[in-house]
Amino acid sequence: MKLKKILPQLLTLLFIVLIFGFFTMNAQENMDTRGIEFGFGFLSQEASFDIQFSLIDYDGSHSYARAYLVGLLNTLLVAFIGIILATLLGLVVGVARLSPNYLIRKTASFYIEFFRNIPLLLQIFFWYFAALRALPMPQDATLLLGSSFMTIKGFFTPAPIWTNFDVFFTTLIVAMILVFFFVKFAKKKQEQEGKQLPVLIISLAIFIGLPLLTFLVGGVDLSFSFPELRKMSQSSYTFDGGMGIPPELIALTLALTLYTATFIAENVRAGIQGIGKGQKEAAASIGLTPSQVLKLVIMPQALRIIIPPTTNQYLNLTKNSSLAAAIAYPDLVLVFAGTAMMQTGKAIEIVGITMATYLTISIAISLLMNWYNQRIAIKEK
Amino acid sequence: MFKYVKQLTSLVAMVAVLFAFTTETMAAKKSKTLKNTQKKGFVRCGVSQGLPGFSNADAAGNWTGVDVDVCRAVAAAVLGDANKVKFTPLSAKERFTALTSGEIDILSRNTTWTLSRDADIGLTFVGVNFYDGQGFMVRKDSGITSTSQFKNGISACTNIGTTTELNMRDFFNSKGISYEPVAFEKADEVVAAYDSGRCDTYTTDKSGLAAQRTKMSNPDDHIVLPETISKEPLGPVVRQGDAVWEDIVRWSLNVMIEAEEYGITSANADMMKTSENPQIKRLVGSEGELGAAFGLDNDWSLRIIKQVGNYGESYKRNIADTGILPDRGPNQLWTKGGILYVPPAR
Repeated sequence: MKLKKILPQLLTLLFIVLIFGFFTMNAQENMDTRGIEFGFGFLSQEASFDIQFSLIDYDGSHSYARAYLVGLLNTLLVAFIGIILATLLGLVVGVARLSPNYLIRKTASFYIEFFRNIPLLLQIFFWYFAALRALPMPQDATLLLGSSFMTIKGFFTPAPIWTNFDVFFTTLIVAMILVFFFVKFAKKKQEQEGKQLPVLIISLAIFIGLPLLTFLVGGVDLSFSFPELRKMSQSSYTFDGGMGIPPELIALTLALTLYTATFIAENVRAGIQGIGKGQKEAAASIGLTPSQVLKLVIMPQALRIIIPPTTNQYLNLTKNSSLAAAIAYPDLVLVFAGTAMMQTGKAIEIVGITMATYLTISIAISLLMNWYNQRIAIKEK
Repeated sequence: MFKYVKQLTSLVAMVAVLFAFTTETMAAKKSKTLKNTQKKGFVRCGVSQGLPGFSNADAAGNWTGVDVDVCRAVAAAVLGDANKVKFTPLSAKERFTALTSGEIDILSRNTTWTLSRDADIGLTFVGVNFYDGQGFMVRKDSGITSTSQFKNGISACTNIGTTTELNMRDFFNSKGISYEPVAFEKADEVVAAYDSGRCDTYTTDKSGLAAQRTKMSNPDDHIVLPETISKEPLGPVVRQGDAVWEDIVRWSLNVMIEAEEYGITSANADMMKTSENPQIKRLVGSEGELGAAFGLDNDWSLRIIKQVGNYGESYKRNIADTGILPDRGPNQLWTKGGILYVPPAR
């Protein structure tokens, strides 16, 4: 009886081991006949290629490992910005989709239907090769917000130059912790004494006031380096100083955000509609305003429906960011699984590392979201 | 219990098949590629995604170019028909993996022969069918006529996974110029980005620049600067580990070049059979047993010359007459002041 139970499992296990064994053997043998060595030693070799955009100090004299890190950080950057923007936009559009206003409701559903039904790669191409290509050359660019330029070569904006940034940063964190405890205190006070404190105003005052104070007493100073147009040849110009955001990053972020936000918006709508009408009516009947109903009654319950599918969208966005390779944004795939793989020929090693990296990022996002989901779940007592 | 016995037998059978497969591949190592090619009836050839003059498909899907002709020559030699080629368009990034993984058997895709590629990644370069060098293209209205006029902050569009990326760094570093590399996966995207003004210069092999220039919205608005910053010997590549196949590809190319040297063309090849010159007779198969060395018949080289033509014909048809690079430059025979010099086929 016991054997009957275990045997199929043992066979499955054996089969999997054999399959893997076969693939490994096959790869090993083929690599031997072609004289390819397996190993990760290449990671410490000099990369000798440059990367357009990097968050850390990098040039071609650094190692392949460093180039990997540059690619990884660029992937994380676009995923991070994309997730935040897509969430905000998705939330707004999702709520707008249920608006009693006809125009708002229809605009929101048109946006959703339009953007989620066009392949993402096409959208990336559209933003990069059509929309952003229509921008002016640096010398023809008009001034935006007094000091920035939107050009075909990217967005050029003043770069902050800090003195004693660490003091400012520490104060900012202290302010955040203070706000956190203040909100907790205010909530407790309301529960115990029924007295409402002006939470928002006081929080903002702490959050903005405290860091500002460091300019007066902490020796913190902030100045800006402004982008300045410089002529390179008769027809080409560039900007010196300031901070340049490459058009590749802008196009990719735009496309990922607009695409993923449609799915998040639908999750939000589903979440809100998943809450019984009675809840809303009951909340209204005790005198809560419509925005309070949404914030205090509907959303806390709707979030439980919204979070799990939205986690999937976060994972999708992160993985879709690998389409960056098509428009020259130097993400992990372009830099590491592209150029580095080409220059070293270590296909198996590099694809392996890249896969493991995406897996790790995805699992991390997934764990974080599951933890959040559990935190807001209904706690049965 | 019977159910599991059945499962077990099927499993054993499957494992047996797997092992049989492995031992079979071990035994047939002599020229597996040639055997497979003859069995399939076509040569599997990796080419570019569209580089006029080298490998480019027309609207009807017919591939032409000097790189394409190398694969056609091999098909004529081993299968008797230059049209029996299956072309796989590959990006610079995909090309070597496609070859080492066995998806294609010849990579003829304007690929630079370097030490690390030859020795490190399981490839063997069989020769050079185009001597090239890296150059720069700029817009005419920039007034730039030499790379010495490049200034800090210049943005340069190029392909990833090429020697270009490495040469570019060496070049700008040695000149002390800061630059912004913008590297795309596909050549068409590089051209589109440069053409729209994203980059100040476009850098790749000079032949590539000349060919891609024809794809710009206004070819006359762009010029290729005179400087050449690197050596780029381009040639066909095969997988390491099949020496016979390697020889077939190498000598198919050599035959084309040597045929030009001896004045044998697709038009006169048949008549050359009765030539006085023994080397000409060997090339058209009326003397010696050259094909036997690869396990081919004696007309293999005659078929190459008749169906594909000699190197000069191929160059004229694909590169000169299309206006890409009318001047053969170094790609002229050594007897006429160029550097094309191949070992004798004898």
